[in-house]
Amino acid sequence: MRDEAAPVLDVKDLKTVFRVRGGEVHAVNSVSFDLRPGELLGVVGESGSGKSVTMMSLLGLLPSPPAEVREGTVMLGDRDLLKVDEDTLRNIRGGDIGFVFQDPMTSLNPVFTVGFQIMEPLRAHMGMTKAQARDRSVELLDLVGIPDARRRLKDFPHQFSGGMRQRVMIAIALACNPKVLIADEPTTALDVTIQAQILELVKDLRQKLGMAIIWITHDLGVIAGIADRVMVMYGGQVVEQGPVKELFADPAHPYTRALLQTMPKLHGTRDEKLRVIEGQPPMLGQHPTSCPFRDRCAHSFERCATENPQRRPLGDNHDVACHWDHREEQV
Amino acid sequence: MNTPRALVEVRDLKMHFPIYGGVLKRQIGAVKAVDGVSFDILEGETLGIVGESGCGKSTCGRAVLRLYEATAGSITIDGTDIATMSQEELRQERPKMQMVFQDPQASLNPRMTVASLIGEPLDEHTKWSRQKKLERIYELMDAVGLNREFAHRYPHAFSGGQRQRIGIARALALNPKFIVCDEPIAALDVSIQAQVVNLLEDLQKQFGLTYMFISHDLSMVRHIADRVAVMYLGVIVELAPVQAMFDQPLHPYTEALLSAVPEPDPSLSMQKDRIVLQGDVPSPSNPPQGCNFCTRCSKVMDICKIEQPELREIEPGHFAACHLRNQDQITGRTGGA
Repeated sequence: MRDEAAPVLDVKDLKTVFRVRGGEVHAVNSVSFDLRPGELLGVVGESGSGKSVTMMSLLGLLPSPPAEVREGTVMLGDRDLLKVDEDTLRNIRGGDIGFVFQDPMTSLNPVFTVGFQIMEPLRAHMGMTKAQARDRSVELLDLVGIPDARRRLKDFPHQFSGGMRQRVMIAIALACNPKVLIADEPTTALDVTIQAQILELVKDLRQKLGMAIIWITHDLGVIAGIADRVMVMYGGQVVEQGPVKELFADPAHPYTRALLQTMPKLHGTRDEKLRVIEGQPPMLGQHPTSCPFRDRCAHSFERCATENPQRRPLGDNHDVACHWDHREEQV
Repeated sequence: MNTPRALVEVRDLKMHFPIYGGVLKRQIGAVKAVDGVSFDILEGETLGIVGESGCGKSTCGRAVLRLYEATAGSITIDGTDIATMSQEELRQERPKMQMVFQDPQASLNPRMTVASLIGEPLDEHTKWSRQKKLERIYELMDAVGLNREFAHRYPHAFSGGQRQRIGIARALALNPKFIVCDEPIAALDVSIQAQVVNLLEDLQKQFGLTYMFISHDLSMVRHIADRVAVMYLGVIVELAPVQAMFDQPLHPYTEALLSAVPEPDPSLSMQKDRIVLQGDVPSPSNPPQGCNFCTRCSKVMDICKIEQPELREIEPGHFAACHLRNQDQITGRTGGA
């Protein structure tokens, strides 16, 4: 049912390049994905896999130069975010699309009160008066579970703990009822017990507000708990994409499989030795003509060196970019 | 089977950082980062120390090597009490005990080549010839899986995982018996973490090392450690062999901590009954009265707010500091009799 609804966000063939001394870095290579209303899409990958750069490209958040979004379309409803002017884009950021960053300490301004920072988008995007904005801020802080909200509006970021700051960031992102919330490693800087609190909060907010969420992380455990659908990125490309249960139960790409195997388990038998992915992630010096995972892959063959695999469907919303057929192994 | 001896014995270690304030900058309080911990580390084993940030696990690791001057307590490493010895004596003891730091970027001097970084402890503690040192450096680079040809490059030319290998080679240079690993994999990607952990395990087997492995990653600690200590607000709340700790935690904090770890399996994850702790860790400069965990504990009782529970052996080798367990024991005993 949900599948038939028009996607809120539809990204096609996005390419982002950084110009650096002595060449280019192809950070994002033909990334396509869509986000349906009310869905939580998890994006997994190592550092340098292009997951953050992809999301920042959507919103024009990358400094240019050195960054350059070379190709692609990003449709939010019927607008292409790569074509609209800077003013419209500014209205979309914090308006239709909310953003939560990894580190709540550096993304809040230390010299303004938390109240000021929550009220800012409300006044800028929604044209609220100061009094209206203040009331709405109290509502928002209540919503994200900050006790004694009205009094805490006058506090500065340093007076909040890490988990509380991340709640404030979420409140700011939610301020203008966004259609899409992009969360970039929102719990990575937090302790597990605080992470659990934030995950519960997000599940709860989704039910209450029903927005679509893109959740970037490198922690497969987090994804397993909250996502509907998962997109795995490697070397600036989407290597696999599918519904969360299917992807964990039957991963098709050797990288996804290896990632799942390298994780030590909290239950069951202890492995004698951890499985490793040998080697290092690729340098993205040029547009890849071969599979980026080739050098570290246990299943690579000649074709992987000459042709970068395209994403091919595996049925039921699951697709993979790999020449090797994972079903061969099970036979 | 003879019982292995304790290589490291820590007794009632306290590390308080003074807070100065007021007009005269007098001491007005103290951050009790580590407040009376005792444990042994047996020869050849890995003791994992877990806890949230601010629980004092790193401070504890550093104090054990006397990188901080401990406020109180005794530390015995390999039969010598290092807590009271002079700086010069301590320097003589340093080769026995080494440390691997969290951030390989910050802990390696960017202006030194790999060879000089790994060779620095040799310059300091041996009178070897240049040739002999270089041989040793190559040997170490082989041991940690670094290509010898890179010996004259600078740290910036290496990836995070390789830098951590340099840090490990440096710690190994003087044939230590005991290494404190302070979050050695926290700054690395998942696929690289496994490589470094496997390396640490291989080196342990090869050289008979003893590790104190500090980490907040519970699943990794489960993999590498033989015994685990859980710290909360400067004290050890539970200490047990790894299997017992993960299968049957006795302290409510350990239970909550374990249940907070995200389960990388969607089908299990959905049905998992998660204990979500409310609130944050209290400030270590002003810990609550009674049990440190009483402000967030779901099973809190009256006595918890008055008296601080002691770390007791509840089952053989399994220690916990919780009034709940003391009561269980008492009722269990009377019930059984």
